[in-house]
Amino acid sequence: MNLAQTRRTVFHTARRSRHRLRHAFLSAAVALALWWGLVRLFHLPEFLLPTPEEVALRGWQAIQDGTLLHHTWITLQEVLSGLALGAGSATVVGYVLAKSRPLERLLAPYLVASQSVPVVAIAPLLIIWFGTGLLAKTLICALIVFFPVLVNTVVGIRSVPEALRDLLRALDATPWQVIRYLEIPAALPVFLGGLRIGATLSVIGAVVGEFVATDSGLGFLINLARGRYDTPLVFVAVFTLIALALALYGSVLALEHHFLAWQTPSGKPHR
Amino acid sequence: MTSLPPLVRVRHLGVVFPTEDGLGLEAIRDLSFEIHPQEFLAVVGPSGCGKSTLLRVLAGLLEATRGEVAFPAHPQGKPQVGLVFQKANLMPWRSVLRNITLPLELQGVPRAEADSRGRAMIALMGLKGFANALPRDLSGGMAQRVALARALIHRPDLLLLDEPFTALDALTRERLWEELLHIWQHERTTVVMVTHSVTEALLLADRVLVLTQRPAHLQMALPVDLPRPRTADLRYTPHFGRLARRLREALGGHTPRP
Repeated sequence: MNLAQTRRTVFHTARRSRHRLRHAFLSAAVALALWWGLVRLFHLPEFLLPTPEEVALRGWQAIQDGTLLHHTWITLQEVLSGLALGAGSATVVGYVLAKSRPLERLLAPYLVASQSVPVVAIAPLLIIWFGTGLLAKTLICALIVFFPVLVNTVVGIRSVPEALRDLLRALDATPWQVIRYLEIPAALPVFLGGLRIGATLSVIGAVVGEFVATDSGLGFLINLARGRYDTPLVFVAVFTLIALALALYGSVLALEHHFLAWQTPSGKPHR
Repeated sequence: MTSLPPLVRVRHLGVVFPTEDGLGLEAIRDLSFEIHPQEFLAVVGPSGCGKSTLLRVLAGLLEATRGEVAFPAHPQGKPQVGLVFQKANLMPWRSVLRNITLPLELQGVPRAEADSRGRAMIALMGLKGFANALPRDLSGGMAQRVALARALIHRPDLLLLDEPFTALDALTRERLWEELLHIWQHERTTVVMVTHSVTEALLLADRVLVLTQRPAHLQMALPVDLPRPRTADLRYTPHFGRLARRLREALGGHTPRP
């Protein structure tokens, strides 16, 4: 790519993201106005639905006294460790299943059956077995992350073109070289799609765990605030969770931009 | 050339694919021939006759059910092969240069050396200016040139081509014929090319093997005594016509007029 092309691409990208940013701001402004109008129109009390400015004020307080940061940090730890454990183990198991049809036939019924049990139902058991600390929460997050990443790993590895496998075999590639030069890059688009879903699900897992039993985290903060009829704080915690999930989603998107630039003509991956 | 041992010796080769009914599908039956070093061998036959199966056996991708495939010039093991399919089968995430240098990377050749050899190959194949392009930006003919470059970069002992020009338009095909001849003259690799085009076989090869319907065995081996260097125009000469006629008769697709 020459300099002129590079500059053109940078220019287009910048203009497009500016465009997108303006749309996001616009829709946020409309939503806030509707929210504000709803409260004013029906004279809703604060404990039912606080106004945007009441929520903002409560958020500022929670930031200043450190509670928000403390609980966010706890939840973030659970989310990230659960995501790492769930996605990591799902990748290994998924790879093995993709390689062995008999093993897949043997294990698939159990894996599918495990998906019909909602994590909310197992969460109390995990709390009983592993306590109310980080470990139980990590396991709950990992459980919920596991399946989508597993499925996408299997699909990704299975989608590796047979002709390229033949080519590498004819070139006497070692099994490790096949993984490194062919399977990882070929499966990456589908795999990252699974990771993107898993990242947002991990946030749900953490909140489920914190709802069941704990003394910290954003899920706990929601419960606590609800008990005190501190509805603005509930909103603050919910918005923080949304921001957390969006940030994780955005991180995976950034990974996709970096690794999958070859996928689309504009040099940017599909959404 | 005759004093050298053959590069490949195929003896009584048989290939049977297992099927659900247990009878098996016989693709190749009792096929024997030799490939000499630096020879350009074409294999023609009716479609579905097992030509590609033969190529897969030569590439070491498929085990012979019966008989043997020996490499007398390589007493310990098999020769290095280069492979080109009907489709280019490039890695879409790798640039043209990185696709071409893949065999060198697999062999552990240092990056700097791989790059310089890759760039030399890019120049040879008329791909200058495309080193950093991605496969999605290439035309069919361009992609096939890259596939050919990838198959030649590690200087294989045996270049295996499986209908490499079938998917291309006529003009591109003719240009690539001449380029392949040019490169073959330059590198002197042994080539086995599977094709269903009589013209392509005669223009490129030293010898043409005609296979029968499945299960494939040898129908005829025709030495092509056309002078080299050859150009695509050679096909309008009377001698070419005679050879083509013999091939077509052997293939059974054309009955001679009375």
